[in-house]
Amino acid sequence: MTVHSVSIKDLSLQYGNTQVLENLNLDIEQGEFIVLLGPSGCGKSTLLNCIAGLLDISDGQIFIGNRNVTWEEPKDRGIGMVFQSYALYPQMTVEKNLSFGLKVAGFKKDEIERRVKKASDMLQIQELLQRKPVELSGGQRQRVAIGRALVREADVFLFDEPLSNLDAKLRSDLRVEIKRLHQRLKNTMIYVTHDQIEALTLANRIAIMKDGVIQQLADPHTIYNRPVNLYVAGFIGSPSMNFLEGQLCQGDEDVFITNNGTVIPVASYDFMQPLNGNTNAVLGIRPEHIVTGSAAEEMPFKVEVDIDIVEPMGSETLVWTKLAGRSLTVSCDGDQQLEPGQRILLGFNPGRGSLFDAESTQRL
Amino acid sequence: MTLSVRTPVPGNMESVLSGPRGPRKHQLSIARIGIYAFLVMSALFFLMPFWVMIVTSLKTLPEIREGNLFNWPRDLTIEPWINAWFNACTGRDCNGLRPGFWNSVKITAIATVLSITIAAINGYALSFWRYRYANVIFGILVFGAFVPYQVVIYPLIIVMRELGLFSTLASIVIIHTIFGMPILTLLFRNFFASLPMEMFKAARIDGAGFWQIFFRIMVPMAVPITVVAVILQLTGIWNDFLFGTVFAGRQNMPMTVQLNNIVQTTTGVREYNVHMAATILTAAVPLAVYFISGKWFVRGIAAGAVKG
Ligand SMILES: Nc1ncnc2c1ncn2[C@@H]1O[C@H](COP(=O)(O)OP(=O)(O)OP(=O)(O)O)[C@@H](O)[C@H]1O
Ligand SMILES: [Mg+2]
Repeated sequence: MTVHSVSIKDLSLQYGNTQVLENLNLDIEQGEFIVLLGPSGCGKSTLLNCIAGLLDISDGQIFIGNRNVTWEEPKDRGIGMVFQSYALYPQMTVEKNLSFGLKVAGFKKDEIERRVKKASDMLQIQELLQRKPVELSGGQRQRVAIGRALVREADVFLFDEPLSNLDAKLRSDLRVEIKRLHQRLKNTMIYVTHDQIEALTLANRIAIMKDGVIQQLADPHTIYNRPVNLYVAGFIGSPSMNFLEGQLCQGDEDVFITNNGTVIPVASYDFMQPLNGNTNAVLGIRPEHIVTGSAAEEMPFKVEVDIDIVEPMGSETLVWTKLAGRSLTVSCDGDQQLEPGQRILLGFNPGRGSLFDAESTQRL
Repeated sequence: MTLSVRTPVPGNMESVLSGPRGPRKHQLSIARIGIYAFLVMSALFFLMPFWVMIVTSLKTLPEIREGNLFNWPRDLTIEPWINAWFNACTGRDCNGLRPGFWNSVKITAIATVLSITIAAINGYALSFWRYRYANVIFGILVFGAFVPYQVVIYPLIIVMRELGLFSTLASIVIIHTIFGMPILTLLFRNFFASLPMEMFKAARIDGAGFWQIFFRIMVPMAVPITVVAVILQLTGIWNDFLFGTVFAGRQNMPMTVQLNNIVQTTTGVREYNVHMAATILTAAVPLAVYFISGKWFVRGIAAGAVKG
């Protein structure tokens, strides 16, 4: 058996009668950056709290560094944790905030000083050490909170939406900083967010969660390009994926026929299992995988459409049109001159899209 | 101080701003004058009895008999105050209010510290350590705030007698601690519940236990609410009459009970001036508490609404 940094086996958790997590399994490798991504209320924080030992689980086991910590106290699990609301101790200076846990654990004074210095150097908060949390900005507070996790020199870091309370600019700055920190420390990190940009930029692997169940656990590229089900396909990506409903017909050449009769050849699509017979299916295609103008000429599927709405977004322009009776968004180059009502040629390669079974919503 | 008059520079007229500018001027509107007038009148109305008490306590008995209730004393005397403190009679003993004052100090100090300490721990445990039945316990405690005292006094007397504590300092302290518990626990629980749960979780990860989190993180943050609790308990326990009469016993009779005995003593002439002085002396402590702590009190209540 290989040694996992964190291993969760058959974890279940109930709050009274509501089942929040059910038979959840997750293995995380040493040094991996795992992002738990999902909508609000899907149980991300609950899972993180279970790993930290802040919640008593209903069933299952948790291993950290190959040690069964299911019944251990949070402090004995070898973890550091950062919270969304910073959760600094308001009556203590930054320095005291950083050293509190070490003092409680009975470390020697010079060891505490060394660790506090190291963490504050790493996070560039040396000048803030004598301030109280109220005298800090949101970004500085979150740095201190990260520092408090760092001084523990734990093997596993847990982050619960650490950047959600920050403004957009600060969020992207700190995001890079967390990535840098991970590259430097090479610790295992488990990071909860509902921001998909954070997930895609930071993660080695992303776990997409819904209603307490991990839908897909894979690297960002796979999650983005080969979602395992309709839910993941619709959740990841902004602007989100276009969906066309129809039927998949087997023949000399496999085709997808939309509900109003548009025929889309899917010969280039890489099926998970060989098709058998006709199935009701959903074809998903990302707005940025649809091309316009001359590039569309070479595509296996091309069609002329009228533009409904044009949304310039700076680097790109989002075009809303209709295809097969469904609204379709296309992401175009920001330099293109596009007008509502204009007729354009667009095309895409269904091989870059995703096909899902209409009943099971699973990838075909 | 120099007075500088700014004259507009010719040719630069557009830089002179017109219309309202800078801090707003506070003007006395009719409505404001009305409000102030009302406040002054109410204050006078409530101060009138106090005025009568003060002037009466400084008058000699013959002068009091003349009537003129509101007049400033002709022959100012502080004799009644000295009598009230040192040798006013309650039944057979003539030791004044002094013993009662010290009894009250003892009872109030011990019961205040004890009840607040227990209530703070209760509130902290109820809001952060969500053990089983925590809500049930809290519900019972809060219900306790609505039980009329009269209903439980007799059973409590029996309990105290069985414990061999009846008519002791311990019994009155315990009684005040018990009866302060519902409201104080509610106060502390609500304060702690307003603090972020994540802070508590962070402390747990830092390895702090039940008492370490309480003393090193929660207590420093709870200072404002503790001040409110101290004020509530100080004045409440000091002003108590019922429990003092029933449970304290002769040895530990609080000041309020003794004041009542002085005023009710029927032998000899009624020394109104001494009674007035004794009453003011008894009321002085809660009055002082309110005057000194008014600002803190408001701040403490406001702090409950602000998250740490
Ligand atoms: N103390 C609790 N008692 C009962 N139910 C709870 C409790 N805490 C959370 N829940 C429920 O558990 C589910 C998961 O909550 P959780 O906080 O893990 O969501 P989340 O994925 O972290 O959401 P968010 O992104 O909003 O933080 C929610 O449906 C919530 O209603
Ligand atoms: Mg959460």
